[in-house]
Order: sequence, then C-alpha cells, then structure tokens
Amino acid sequence: MSKELIRLVNCSMAFDGEQVLDHIDLYINDSEFLTLLGPSGCGKTTTLRIIGGFLTPLEGEVLFDGVRINDIPPHLRQVNTVFQRYALFPHLNVFENVAFGLRLGRKVEGQKKKERIPEEEIRERVMEMLEVVSLKGFENRRITELSGGQQQRVAIARALVNRPKVLLLDEPLGALDLRLRKDMQSELKRIQQQMEITFIYVTHDQEEALAMSDTIVVMDQGRIQQIGTPEDIYNEPKNAFVADFIGESNILDGVMHEDFVVEFFNRKFKCLDKGFAPMEPVDVVIRPEDVDIVPPESGQLRGTVTSVTFKGVHYDTIVDFKGFKWLIQTTDFHDVGETIGIVLNPDDIHIMHKSQYSGLFGDYSSYSEEYDEIGDVAKLDEEEGAQDE
Amino acid sequence: MNKRGLFAVPYVIWMGLFVVAPILIMLVYAFSTAGGGFTLDNFLGMGDYLSVFGRSFYLALIATLVCLLIGYPMSYWMAREGARFQKVAMLLIMLPMWMNFLLRTYSWMSILENNGLINQFFRAIGLLDALGVDHIQMIRTPGAVVLGMVYNYLPFMILPIYSVIVKLDRSLLEAAADLGASAGQVFRKVILPLSLPGVVSGVTMVFVPSVSTFAISRLLGGGTQMMLGDLIEQQFLGGAYDPQLGAAISMVMMAIVVVCMTVMNHFGEGEEQAVML
Repeated sequence: MSKELIRLVNCSMAFDGEQVLDHIDLYINDSEFLTLLGPSGCGKTTTLRIIGGFLTPLEGEVLFDGVRINDIPPHLRQVNTVFQRYALFPHLNVFENVAFGLRLGRKVEGQKKKERIPEEEIRERVMEMLEVVSLKGFENRRITELSGGQQQRVAIARALVNRPKVLLLDEPLGALDLRLRKDMQSELKRIQQQMEITFIYVTHDQEEALAMSDTIVVMDQGRIQQIGTPEDIYNEPKNAFVADFIGESNILDGVMHEDFVVEFFNRKFKCLDKGFAPMEPVDVVIRPEDVDIVPPESGQLRGTVTSVTFKGVHYDTIVDFKGFKWLIQTTDFHDVGETIGIVLNPDDIHIMHKSQYSGLFGDYSSYSEEYDEIGDVAKLDEEEGAQDE
Repeated sequence: MNKRGLFAVPYVIWMGLFVVAPILIMLVYAFSTAGGGFTLDNFLGMGDYLSVFGRSFYLALIATLVCLLIGYPMSYWMAREGARFQKVAMLLIMLPMWMNFLLRTYSWMSILENNGLINQFFRAIGLLDALGVDHIQMIRTPGAVVLGMVYNYLPFMILPIYSVIVKLDRSLLEAAADLGASAGQVFRKVILPLSLPGVVSGVTMVFVPSVSTFAISRLLGGGTQMMLGDLIEQQFLGGAYDPQLGAAISMVMMAIVVVCMTVMNHFGEGEEQAVML
C-alpha cells in the first residue's frame, strides 16, 4: 500500500569512541508520521541527523527511494529540518526567512547552475505557507518580535516551502509551554496530513509520540527497542524498558507455566500470551488503569494503600503487595492504610521475555523520586543538545 | 544621584579632565589668533594642505582595505578551527603588539632601506644586477607607509571579526545548508551579513589610528609622505610652530572621522541587533 521511502541498513555511529548508534535497521514509508522516541542519549537525534545529512554513519547505508545517499551533502537532499531551537535567520524578517530556500534557486535536470525562481512565484509560495501555519500578516515582522510558538511556525513554514519529501523535526515543541505544545501537536498533525509528506519526529515525550504518530520507534542505548503503532507499543510492549517508558507500568517477575497460564506472587493467573518455553521466567506488565479494586475478601491479591495522590480525573494510588509496590489508577478513593483486594482479567496481563532491562523498572517503592526523574528529562536533553554543537 | 551613580564619579571626573576639557581647549585655540583674538583664518588657510588631507585619507583607506582583505579570511579560518588552534593563532597575532610600536616600525626601516635586508638579499641572488639597478626603492614610498599601517593595525581588524564569527550559531549554518544552500551560498547569505558588525568595528579600529598616524609616515615615508599627523605635529613641536592652525586641523580631521564612522555604523546597524539575539 504505502511505499517505502527511506531505509537505514545496519547503521552505526560513534563519537569519540563512544557508541551512540548500534547497528540500526529501520525503514520509513512515504507520507507516514514516524516518531523516534527515547530518553536523552538514546541515539534518536543522531539518527535524525544521519537522515538529514549532517552526520555520515561509520557503518551501514542510508537509502532514499532505493538510492544510497550516504555521501550526498544536506543541501542536495530532498529533506528539510525543523531544528530544536528553530535556527531562524536573525538578519531576515519572517517573509525572507521562509523565502530563504526559494531564493537559492532550483535545480534543473541536467544543468549545474540553479535556475532563479521568479519573484511572483516566491511571493505566492511563501504566502501560501504562511497561511498553512496561520501566520498571515506577520511577513514583515522581525524574528525577535515573535513569540516562541510563532518562531516555531516560521521554522516549519521555512522547511516546508521547499516541498521536501521528508520533514525532519528535532524536538520542535521542547521550548514551548504545555498549552502551546498541545495546540501545536494537533497543528503539526494537520499540516502533515494536508501536505501528505513524511514527518520524522524526534521526542522524549511519550504522550506527544502516542498522540501524533502513525509509527513509533522506541530507542535506548543506541538500539531500537520496538517499532509499532502507538496501540501496539502501549498494549504490547516488548520489554521492561518500553513498558516503563511508554506510560506507567507495574512490572513483576513471573513464571510462564504453560500457554495462557502465568504465575506471580505464588498464584496462577490466566493470560492471553503463548509461545513461551515451559517454566520460562518472564516479566509481567500490568498497566495501572487496568487493575480493578474490589473488597479484600473477593480479591485475587490483597494489599495495603500507602499513598494517594489526586490527579484530577483519577487518583494515583500506591498499594503494597508483599513488599512490592504497585501503582493503581482509580477513580475511587481509598485512604492510606486501607486494605484492598484486586482482580486482574486475562487481557490486563501482558507477558514479556526477560531482557537486560528486567528488574530495573516497574516497582513504585520510590514513587515520588520517579516523578522527579521525569521532570529532569527535559533538562538532560538540553545538555545533550549542547554537546552536539 | 542614586547610590549606583556614585560608582561613575571617578570616570566622569576622568573624562571631564582628560577628554572634554582638552577638546574644548583645542576648540578655543582653533578659533584664536596668536594674540588671543577671534578669527576664522586658521580654517580658511587650510586649503594649502588639501594634498595632505587627501593623502592621509587615501593611504588610511588603502591600509584599511588591505587589513580587511587579509583579516576577514584569517578570522573566518581561525573561528572554524579547533579551540587549541584558536589559542595559538590568537597568541601569534597578539605577539608583535607586546613589542614597542616604534621599535617595530624601526625594524621595518632596516628591512626596506635601500641597503636594507630585502635589497641585500636581491643583490646576493643577482636580481639587482640582472635588472641593472643599484636598489629597489621601497622606503619613502606610499607603499611602505601602507605596509607599516597594515602591520601595526591588522590585529585590530582580526579581533572584532573573529569574535563575531566564532559566536555565530552553528545551527544557522546547518539550517541554511538544509534549505539547499551550497557552501558559497551559506557564506554569502548567512555568515557575511551576520559578521558585518565585526567588520564595522574592525574598519573603525584600523581606519581611525591610520588616518591620524605620524610616526609610521615619518619613519617609513621618510618625509616624502606627509600625513595629517605629521602636519599637526609640526604645528606644535616642529619648525612651523602654529598651535592655532594645528588645533584647527585636528578639529577638521575629527569632524571628518566622526562623519565617516556615523555612516559606517549606520551601515551595520540592522545586523548588530541581529547578533545580540
């Protein structure tokens, strides 16, 4: 159905001997919205810069429409980028920023010299783009007179006016406040569908990735952890890292007795997974919103509430089951100290093979600290960006 | 006056005593006769020295241009190399300035003289015999004066341009390349316009001392290349003693320089804002 446009084959990259990309294989279809998602230092920006032509992989191939483009410099690629901090030209106004690519002329088949684009055409295309990003009437403004969100739109218009086949976006919403982020998310999705071009989007924000993407590529430590639709990634995480990074997860040690039967906390549960070796140790993922709270006497498991946080729509309730603390999201209030029972349905239980990430995530004993870490992600990412320069 | 204003007091006193007061004294001199009466003769009689004015501005302009042509590529190259290279290059550029200005200029004399190092070398390799001349005339030419100015003032061109280019956001260059600009287009459309403020201050810092120099023109021009600085010096310390005329000439020179700089600064104004972003 949809055609493959870009393929990375066995790509590796290292800076100062430190491996940042470890033999990545990835293909990207025409007109899809693909997100590279992962924590700082996972290799997502490096992957983007390789596609943009700012980095050449040490190993492996980059194919565009089936043609190897490893050695093609950025200005000859049919790819444009929206940079993390916009990188707008401060000496030009809004109109001239957007017109920048058009004023450079266009390539004519078989000729070395670029052909000038007529002034009327430049004007028409710039105004059309400014309309797409809702910045009509701003064309004579200086860049310094724009808000962050407006600068963002200029950067998008500037990249799209060249009619690239692919738009690369490097954490484009990172500098905006929450409200503006949400608006821009749907705006970007709308632009992508309207222009029918491929977006490759880099972010560390899982909510953003889930909301916008056709395909999500979860990365960590220079490797691809999972590729799939947002639903796949959320519902069927491949390992503990993905389960923890996408949404909240309780991750327990379990043993797969036979197909559709898993044991944890010394109790057998029915599940929907099969194909594991008999008595294989596994990671069991249970999403906090899937847990049903019942009176203690009718629960499959019994635990004690140790903390409750009001979150607006629901309560984040931490429940201690034999020393392992679960996060349960529920609309019912249960006070600290209360004993509750829980029931798990077979489709609430997700089974994963053990991986290098087993045991690292999924216990909410240090619940509040974990929230601090999430807050730190943005800061860490800025440091990563600074190193790139 | 608020408390913070107090900190400016020493500077204000300094400026008043050593900048404002002397200029006022010169202004009074420029409009006085030797006896002390008011006159405009000092200005009206200046027409005799038009050639000196012309030569000063002409040589200073050439020296500034040469500095720019050498300094810009040098700054550009330096700014794009690694940090260690930049440190060494900076040291080499500053090194000559640690030596006394006169000493530096005297050394050029002994290099350029009719019997100096260069002519001796040419004689040794038989070049002079081949040309059938005794020496090649280098000292006491306009070229020697320009050379002296370029040698002495080149660092003042390199430093401001370098510091602007080195601060350029690299992502701007990447963005330009990403939008389809070749290396040449990136330079013409992004680097050059954004480095103009550095060029403006470099040009100012070379042109102003060049136009008013007197030691370089006297030592390397050997009296044949009289410039405004020499003329003014003669009115105060030399045989032509006429401080009133000297003051008038300095006033006119100052006025011309101020006009030149205002035009220059206006030229780079739009870009200056841009760099502060």
